Amino acid sequence: MRLTCPLCGERDRREFYYYGSDDYLRRPAEGAPAAAWDDYLHNRDNPAGETRDLWYHEAGCGQWLAVTRNTVTHAVLAVDLVAPVAQKRGRK
Amino acid sequence: MRYSGFKVFTEGLFGNKGWKPAWRDPAPKAEYDAIIIGGGGHGLSTAYYLAKNHGLTNIAVLEKGYLGGGNVGRNTTIVRANYFLPGNSEFYSHSLKLWEGLEADLNYNVMHSQRGLINLFHSDGQRDAFARRGNAMVNQGDDAELLDRDGVRALLPYLDFEQTRFPIYGGLLHRRGGTARHDAVAWGYARGADQRGVDLIQNCEVTGIDVENGRVTGVQTTRGAIRAKKVGIVVAGRSSQVAAMAGLRLPIESHILQAFVTEGLKPVIDHVISFGMGHFYISQSDKGGLVFGGDLDFYASYAARGNLPMVEHVMEAGMTLMPMIGRAKVLRSWGGIMDMSPDGSPVIDRTGIDGLYIDCGWNYGGFKAVPASGWCMAHLMATDQPHEVARRFTLNRFATGDLLDEEGTGSQHNLH
Repeated sequence: MRLTCPLCGERDRREFYYYGSDDYLRRPAEGAPAAAWDDYLHNRDNPAGETRDLWYHEAGCGQWLAVTRNTVTHAVLAVDLVAPVAQKRGRK
Repeated sequence: MRYSGFKVFTEGLFGNKGWKPAWRDPAPKAEYDAIIIGGGGHGLSTAYYLAKNHGLTNIAVLEKGYLGGGNVGRNTTIVRANYFLPGNSEFYSHSLKLWEGLEADLNYNVMHSQRGLINLFHSDGQRDAFARRGNAMVNQGDDAELLDRDGVRALLPYLDFEQTRFPIYGGLLHRRGGTARHDAVAWGYARGADQRGVDLIQNCEVTGIDVENGRVTGVQTTRGAIRAKKVGIVVAGRSSQVAAMAGLRLPIESHILQAFVTEGLKPVIDHVISFGMGHFYISQSDKGGLVFGGDLDFYASYAARGNLPMVEHVMEAGMTLMPMIGRAKVLRSWGGIMDMSPDGSPVIDRTGIDGLYIDCGWNYGGFKAVPASGWCMAHLMATDQPHEVARRFTLNRFATGDLLDEEGTGSQHNLH
């Protein structure tokens, strides 16, 4: 599997560190109940098919990436920088 | 039909015409007392112990493909009880004891071979940690022996002891550890369950779980609706999809784990060797193939096949440990879909929906757990109470912080 970093171009999978589901972009608000934090940290949709997860271009530009890909075929559909994605969701 | 040496002999004399199918192929009934979703190792052993220990025989196992076609047929067949944490330790100890009586109990040859498992260590600190683990195993009533370098050399003279990166200091020997024939375990449990009246229904995919007023009432399948007051989800890597049918969101992420086997060779590796620093472990099958594997590919996947970087890493680790295998040809490799939990330990618990139970989160260690997992899941489904040795495998432990983090790396999906 290769990922096309928006800044560096197509690169080997080994350059990237996998963090997990893009649930990590939906951090509960301060003071949210414990159940919201449990859900945020542990519970996952874990889809068989299209998913979006976070990768870090560790051996490249050092950017966090939101990768849309298929977990059954390993096809990579889109790679976006996390910063604009997070901003669209209302996070600074 | 009871299997025996005499039976094999007489069948041989008369052209092997007397053998019968090992289990029936029944059509699903409209209602059962209990349904188990998933005809893999854990599901079949759950059905077997529900029938044997709890007298529940009006039950069905629903399998979307064929029996034993998932992870129980695609693992590295290692059986061991070398866990450290209370909560894990007694569970795997119970499982190993069941393994030791399994062939007599099932009247089935699962080729359980207690050839000994050796975990290598490569520093003073790691030796101390392994001595502590060994003490925990002995305190649990299992066996462990700490070997120094000469002790390991006597058993495994072919290792590269002088490698510069990970020189071998010694190993923790678990003599009762070993391997078993993975498919035979599924077949043995299937036959045992069938003989006790359990309906094993293949090519029957569950497409929905019926819940009314917080109580499970049955399942929808590709072969029609089936009613049941109790339903157990035992589907490993597909746990999230099946649980979602009941509106549950699980602390599970499915990952890929690869394994490899070489062409058949003459006997050369007499034990199971675990080289933790290289995430590498190896044994030799009775057919002669070297069976080995490494770590996860480390990203969520249902592809049942891995990526080349991990293939390369595993081969490098093998060459580092035992350069003698460099001329062996790899025959095939495969990947299993691992239901990874945040702390690396499993779940056998109720779900918050009455009558719906779940057995999942086996990570990369489900095979050795097959007997005890079924034993404890059957206990839970029959009595509605957790079995004593599985009482800490709760579904809500990530919320409460009552974790079972054997590696001590933290409760996070990408760390185990």
